[in-house]
Amino acid sequence: MASLAPTFGRGAMTNHWVDIKNANVIVVMGGNAAEAHPCGFKWVTEAKAHNKAKFIVVDPRFTRSASVADYYAPIRSGTDIAFLGGLINYLLAHDKIQHEYVKKYSDATFLVNGDYQFDDGLFSGYDKGKRSYDKTSWSYQKGADGFVLADETLQDPRCVFNLMKQHYSRYTPEMVSRITGTPEAQFLHVCEMIAATAVPDKTTTFLYALGWTQHSIGSQNIRTMAMVQILLGNMGMAGGGINALRGHSNIQGLTDLGLLSNMLPGYMTLAGEKEQDFATYLDKRALKPLRPGQMSYWQNYPKFHVSLMKSWYGDAATKENNWCFDWLPKLDKVYDVLQVFELMHQGKMNGYFAQGFNPLASFPNKAKIGGALAKLKYLVVIDPLATETSEFWKNFGEFNDVDSSKIQTEVFRLPSTCFAEEDGSLVSSSRVLQWHFKGADAPGEARGDAEIMSGLFLKLREMYKQEGGAFPDPILNLSWPYKIPDSPSSEELAKEFNGKALADIVDPKDPTKVLAKAGEQLAGFALLRDDGSTACGCWIFSGAWSQAGNLMARRDNADPSGLGNTLNWAFAWPANRRILYNRASCDPSGKPWDAKRTVISWNTKENKWAGMDIPDIRPDAVPDENVGPFIMNPEGVARLFAVDKMAEGPFPEHYEPFETPIGTNPLHPNVISNPAARVFKGDMEAFGKAKEFPYVGTTYRLTEHFHFWTKHTRISAILQPEQFVEIGEELAQAKGIKAGDKVKVTSNRGFIKAVAVVTKRIKTLNVNGQQVHTVGIPIHWGFKGLAKNGYIANTLTPYVGDANTQTPEFKSFLVNVEKA
Amino acid sequence: MKVTRRQFFKICTASLGGSSLALMGYAPTEALAEIRNFKLERTTETRNTCPYCSVGCGLLMYSMGDKAKNAKSTIIHIEGDPDHPVNRGTLCPKGAGLLDFVHSPSRLKYPEVREAGTSEWKRISWDDAFTRIAKLMKADRDSNFVAKTADGLTVNRWLSTGFLAASASSNESGYLTQKIVRNLGILAFDNQARV
Repeated sequence: MASLAPTFGRGAMTNHWVDIKNANVIVVMGGNAAEAHPCGFKWVTEAKAHNKAKFIVVDPRFTRSASVADYYAPIRSGTDIAFLGGLINYLLAHDKIQHEYVKKYSDATFLVNGDYQFDDGLFSGYDKGKRSYDKTSWSYQKGADGFVLADETLQDPRCVFNLMKQHYSRYTPEMVSRITGTPEAQFLHVCEMIAATAVPDKTTTFLYALGWTQHSIGSQNIRTMAMVQILLGNMGMAGGGINALRGHSNIQGLTDLGLLSNMLPGYMTLAGEKEQDFATYLDKRALKPLRPGQMSYWQNYPKFHVSLMKSWYGDAATKENNWCFDWLPKLDKVYDVLQVFELMHQGKMNGYFAQGFNPLASFPNKAKIGGALAKLKYLVVIDPLATETSEFWKNFGEFNDVDSSKIQTEVFRLPSTCFAEEDGSLVSSSRVLQWHFKGADAPGEARGDAEIMSGLFLKLREMYKQEGGAFPDPILNLSWPYKIPDSPSSEELAKEFNGKALADIVDPKDPTKVLAKAGEQLAGFALLRDDGSTACGCWIFSGAWSQAGNLMARRDNADPSGLGNTLNWAFAWPANRRILYNRASCDPSGKPWDAKRTVISWNTKENKWAGMDIPDIRPDAVPDENVGPFIMNPEGVARLFAVDKMAEGPFPEHYEPFETPIGTNPLHPNVISNPAARVFKGDMEAFGKAKEFPYVGTTYRLTEHFHFWTKHTRISAILQPEQFVEIGEELAQAKGIKAGDKVKVTSNRGFIKAVAVVTKRIKTLNVNGQQVHTVGIPIHWGFKGLAKNGYIANTLTPYVGDANTQTPEFKSFLVNVEKA
Repeated sequence: MKVTRRQFFKICTASLGGSSLALMGYAPTEALAEIRNFKLERTTETRNTCPYCSVGCGLLMYSMGDKAKNAKSTIIHIEGDPDHPVNRGTLCPKGAGLLDFVHSPSRLKYPEVREAGTSEWKRISWDDAFTRIAKLMKADRDSNFVAKTADGLTVNRWLSTGFLAASASSNESGYLTQKIVRNLGILAFDNQARV
């Protein structure tokens, strides 16, 4: 999300599961789809069998994905930017890029601010004390007309293309191999295979997941690959794109709905505390085009925002009171989970809710998390299952050694329904909203999440009504139109986020034409207005429940194009588009780059865009107008240079994990790890050094388990009953460890004990002149459930996150291992 | 001929049963003619999607229960939906075990509280739970709500209580959670996307 949006404009998987079958080369890197997304992975198999696709896996472990790959290359965990930066260098050095695509659909030609520079590991504007950058110089040069200056000849040394070339020239094959441990010949072989798709009629697709995000440089891992896809001309193409494989069934949906500290539905953002003036708040977000004639779709922000406010506050939201702008909280900083548990650990939080979430098991440094929870006054756990978090106060011997009598937290545990017992929609990785139906009653007195939230809210509202209290306005005035107030139905809520007309909506070009009558469900976000005449709870979902009914429940799997887009199966955001940025599947004149995979094209007879998908462009945008395919970006094109959108630099740079086995950064020894990552006081000291903890620890999932849920299910508990770790043969031999021995794995934050699986699947790598061993640590055990009790794997992991998202560095840290 | 999935099962059950009996040269008496019916025949089929990873596999769930007012329905079988364009009827090892998730002995059935300093759960009613939690929330919110900063900026935020949302819950639940949590002024708000 935090890397795709800065590059392309939207933070989501660009293509979809079935579309993988159209690829010529598939790269799985930073993920393990065969085990973590098995039924989606079938489309890789399909591409191999029927499209003669070549499948590449780059991973520290020889995974089950790797076992069916055409080519596997090992890599040291946490060095993907070095690998992909080397790939960019290879593509540029060997002229394996799609020139016209890069020139027209990216910012390659744009001129960059003269003050921007990169020197010895740092970009211009670094403040060492604050561990952050002043990003003023990370910008484009602009002309008198306010538009960005460009050099179509790509000769200017300050154009993005040349700065990029210069930046990655340091990533030579030797350097790549020295950092990643990937043998040079294997690295070059992967480069060659991918470079073969730089032609217009071949595509590569990348499949990644948490193996890329869970690093202190996670977002930039993804951005590096995004840059590769721009250079190869693969965005918008069937069989191309970037397939961000989400970890949970509705992580995409909850992100779309903005359930994150600083977000509102539809990727709108809460105001910072300095943004006191509503007009300024809107103006900053309603981005004006940076190049002539571009759509810059966020220009419509006021329509989306006002419609949300009308959904939430109804008649109480008026133009005069800025649609209740002040009722929403304003940020002084982002309260991500690492920040929140840091505050909790300092005793600065009193209450916490965990709804279907198990933070004690899921967050890094279990000792810190458990200690933080013990400082709360109250904790409320809403879950279908008895989680570790709900019993953090209970002694489970070596697995949770606490003294209940010393923990004063009042803990409530509320039983919720599971998928089988409720109606509603989930958004798959492919951005498809699929409706599901209740099949049975919940056990005992369990209730749905919406019913539980309503019960709590209405009780609180009643108290505020009776007793008054701090700022009751948004609580008392929150629109609550539900037929059964303490149990809103999924249908009502889905209609609310889709949006409806509050007054007749007329065509701006022809006021006699009514597009939607007052009270009608809206057909899409194009109908939203900023004058209070529409209400819409999540603009990007608009169209999901129109006057035509619940489009999320559609079941027509017809696929007339054969490309797999199935436009009448459920509903995809935005506007039912299946392949994002599909305008880029055609050349500037509107002709598909590859006729065999025509997604859309410019229809000269009817003067509009049409095809086998919903065009991701204004339907009547004549090709001569040069409207760029990346309509959410004010540039209209994809960004190779991320301007000020990323915390640690406009071009991705390799930084070592905070716990590095080599203790240096071969590119710039003075700047080893991410200089812009936030590290709390005390956590820097809790990082281990290679002298004591010489091996790279990395955590992951098994195909038989899902996080900490399936240890509660009988079959999974039988298939994988007991906690284990994987170590390579060389390390096992050096340590005198045999398969089946019990071993103790220790980091600077604690230890776990588990059975050793000695494997050929993890190889020792030669990195910067030294041998680096990796210890694989599956995450699925804990002290509740049917599987054998085990240690929480996150006892070991470090408390530091990606500088943009604060996603913890679960994939690369230091451990020691010895016979227990 | 258009045959629904359920009709198809009926046909299969009937013809298989009939033909194998004939093959064995059986002359069924009246009592023996009562062949065992296909188990799913009397069930209700419901479409759902897998709650685990993000592939979004289609599921068919089969439940027993005659919809009588006080008869609780129960799911007896779950399989992949063959019409689904992505999973085409398949399920992975986790998805194939979903029935055990629905019926896990770890499923919570009643609201409970663990009082400060104690080491066991106490069952309470939903109303007690809501009242006690709402009181704790209100006390915390009323004493720690920040309407304005020291330098006079309007911020209307409540920082001393936080909320983690479930990314296996539906969009509808998620939307309502967002609507409520924001309007209490909570900023310590996240979901699994963060990790």
